[in-house]
Amino acid sequence: MKLHVSSSPHVHAPQTTQSIMRDVLIALAPATVVAIVYFGLNALILVVASVASAVLTEFVIQKLTHKKVTISDCSAAVTGLLLALNLPAGCRWWAAVLGAAFAIAIVKQAFGGLGQNFMNPALAARAVLMTAYPAMMSGTSYQSPNFWGDAVSGATPLSLLKDGYTASLPFNWEMFLGLRGGVIGEVCTLALVVGLIYLLIRRVITWHIPVIYIGLVFLAGLILNGFNLEIAVCYTLGGGLFLGAIFMATDYTTNPNTIRGQAIFAVGCAVLTVCIRQFGSMPEGVSYSILLMNLVTPLIDRFVNPPLFGRRKRHAA
Amino acid sequence: MKTNYGKIIRNGILDENPIFRLVLGMCSTLAITTSVSNGFGMGMAATFVLVGSNVVISLLRNFIPDKVRIPCYIVVIATFTTIVQLLMEAFLPELNASLGLFIPLIVVNCIILARAESFASKNGVLASAMDGLGMGLGFTLALLVLSVIRELLGSGTLLGVPVLGAGYTPAAIMTAVPGGFLTLGLLMALINKLTDKDKK
Repeated sequence: MKLHVSSSPHVHAPQTTQSIMRDVLIALAPATVVAIVYFGLNALILVVASVASAVLTEFVIQKLTHKKVTISDCSAAVTGLLLALNLPAGCRWWAAVLGAAFAIAIVKQAFGGLGQNFMNPALAARAVLMTAYPAMMSGTSYQSPNFWGDAVSGATPLSLLKDGYTASLPFNWEMFLGLRGGVIGEVCTLALVVGLIYLLIRRVITWHIPVIYIGLVFLAGLILNGFNLEIAVCYTLGGGLFLGAIFMATDYTTNPNTIRGQAIFAVGCAVLTVCIRQFGSMPEGVSYSILLMNLVTPLIDRFVNPPLFGRRKRHAA
Repeated sequence: MKTNYGKIIRNGILDENPIFRLVLGMCSTLAITTSVSNGFGMGMAATFVLVGSNVVISLLRNFIPDKVRIPCYIVVIATFTTIVQLLMEAFLPELNASLGLFIPLIVVNCIILARAESFASKNGVLASAMDGLGMGLGFTLALLVLSVIRELLGSGTLLGVPVLGAGYTPAAIMTAVPGGFLTLGLLMALINKLTDKDKK
């Protein structure tokens, strides 16, 4: 018999890294299936290429650095899948391979592996790809769902909104089902919400970050568009907000430890997103907002963490 | 004591390489290593200023009052920088245009001021010249390594000649600022790793 000796508290949790990551993969499954059904073969290729590259990169780096190979905990697969879902349908497979390798090699492993990365690897890789191959990551690379037919390049609702073409916006129900342009994983809000509900039931994440983030952006959408409910819904469903708020902003490593900290984090994400959409040159700002808030997470943690037991409160007397 | 001039030069190129070891002069390094011609031009210009200013400062080292030594160094360095700039304007106008502001900025390049302060003001003329040469060559070499990688991946060319074929999509990030930081950081990590092994 093997005896474990450790200090108290002796709390046993059924969750392991592997079970959590498996739950995230299951929660992403509806969005992935929808992406492949809507955008056809290239979406499938992007998903396979990105996941394979992420897992392979993790394996090679851990072999080379003589670390324990941890690809079976699925965290690399989650990173690869998230990156693929963040690519437009016109993106090429080798860009997905490069991006996933960058996410794992530079953002995750170079900083110490799982739990040590200072920003979300998948989003960092997306930002790198946007800077490296701007033509492939914007404009005509964005397609509308074509159900395995010919590719139809289509403007995203947010770029229509930004350019003032409010008349050509898709209907709200179309947007909820994902019949609109965008990166392959963000279009179908329904699939993402199903994933959110699964994660909440499995207690992988708490509701705070997604609800505060999405709620505040919706509120801003209402105010900025003269309380026009239909456009405000467009504003909320139109970009990568649901994908980001549910799956990226809730990444354990890169958001604060306490609920209070997470609330501040979510408010920061929302404010930055609205600012980038409103004042920036790009139509969407969810990924950059989350990356920026990832960077200030250590600061938030420092200010809201409760004092250690036995120490005086920071502002006492 | 006999001065080992070969060792002084080697010191500048390898052991105390200004970019990979001393991490000096980062501003111009990150900004201009987008193409090989820029990197080489910048390296040569800095080498000329380094050798010239090291020689003159070494000659004047017993006459410069300690309290005003930095302004004195700056005047000497600025003289040589002006010479380089005027020569470049006259004979290499294209390179001058693409390096732009970074040629006059050699005046405040940390490498040159650091060598004046830590070497030329304490050593003989020939040793100072060799130190300037070594540091200048080390700087040039590091700039070349960086700019070869960045131009190759960022534009698919070397010295403006396409080498990677039409099938290669240039990664624009490599010629942008983030590419500079990434390349420099990864190279430094690699060099530290390699030299670490030697010591064991």
